[in-house]
Amino acid sequence: MEGTERVFERLVRDHQDRIYALGLALTGNRHDAEDVAQDTFLRAYRALAGYTPERVRELKQRAWLHRIAVNVVRNRVRGVRPRLVELNGSEPSTTSGPEDDALRRAEVDALAARVAGLPARYREPVVLRHVQELSYAEVAEVLGQPVGTVKANVHRGLKLLRGESDGHGDD
Amino acid sequence: MATAMIDLRQLGAVKAPVGFAERVLASAGVTDSYALFDTVLGPVYVAWNRLGVSAAMRAPSALQFEEWFGRDVGRQLVRVDPPADLAAKIEDQLAGKRRLQFDLRGLTPFSQAVLRKTLEIRRGEVRPYGWIAREIGHPAAVRAVGTALANNPIPYFIPCHRVVRSDGVIGNYGGGGPEAKKQILNLEGVQLARLQKLAQSGFRYEGIKSTKIFCFPTCYHGRHAREENFVFFHDEAEARAKGYRPCKDCRPAVA
Repeated sequence: MEGTERVFERLVRDHQDRIYALGLALTGNRHDAEDVAQDTFLRAYRALAGYTPERVRELKQRAWLHRIAVNVVRNRVRGVRPRLVELNGSEPSTTSGPEDDALRRAEVDALAARVAGLPARYREPVVLRHVQELSYAEVAEVLGQPVGTVKANVHRGLKLLRGESDGHGDD
Repeated sequence: MATAMIDLRQLGAVKAPVGFAERVLASAGVTDSYALFDTVLGPVYVAWNRLGVSAAMRAPSALQFEEWFGRDVGRQLVRVDPPADLAAKIEDQLAGKRRLQFDLRGLTPFSQAVLRKTLEIRRGEVRPYGWIAREIGHPAAVRAVGTALANNPIPYFIPCHRVVRSDGVIGNYGGGGPEAKKQILNLEGVQLARLQKLAQSGFRYEGIKSTKIFCFPTCYHGRHAREENFVFFHDEAEARAKGYRPCKDCRPAVA
């Protein structure tokens, strides 16, 4: 049990920025991003508690967390926020991270909103490949899709983002 | 293509908000939060997590509280601004108006049983160590009860100060020594002088003449009785011989 807690603490500290960024790109706003990131880690914690030490050791943490986060976003019902712990009373903070420059922040938020506006089948691979910079093989693993499908969807997603027509069939 | 990719990398460079990791760890119950509260007992450090209050201490410094917690409880502490309503909840708890939840994980089942039993002792009342031992099914483990109470991680909240020696000596107190124990019992309305006088005369129980029921001194059933209506007993046999039965509430003996 003690071991799980150590592993988990390291996991949170190592991956918090990546998973928060993923949440922001997938949901398009910081409030939901924090909910998604928090939910992702709490699910990871519950899962870890049931894993054998070997399984924990062999875990590809990055891909695993990305897969959980993608599922958390998919399963979210709009407007319903996960239950927060009363006694801790830890309201998600609205204060920004270190990138405090308001202008850049607004720019990033606008971009996040644009990305989040993509249809899910394009948004997920585009975000995983170009925001999170996973390899195509990793994206394919996270999404459980063939690499070819991932490449095609990334390509179409980027076109949509640039405001070009979807262009199904052209390639 | 190139511009879009640069923009998207920028999105990937976003950092989690300040304190995010701490909030996640606290939500998972891996770390506990704590803050300093002003209470009727003076400033008290209180730690809590999603399961409840996990520790309390009148420590000279936050650092000492953190060190003690890390050593005794074995989890990390993160100092936070307490939720708005927690101070009021703590005040109510110490005034006996509310029962908070407690996190006793990490303690032995025996210690947990001792502390849970201790929670049943009302404000203004006291019980001997032997009573706890008998009530939790280990009548011979009186010393172990004393040890468990001395190591109570949540003194004041779990009222180990309400467990006293049956010979009238007030007994040790992990929450600040015998003087602190007396001070808190006084605050709760226990008549210590009477209690000690009875104990020194060898009287362990008080009976109420009208009801023919015998209790531990301080039992709330005797709270309205006048002193001349009490009769005192050295032991259970004496009380029963005089036709008294044990109180079903404070259970001075198995009924």
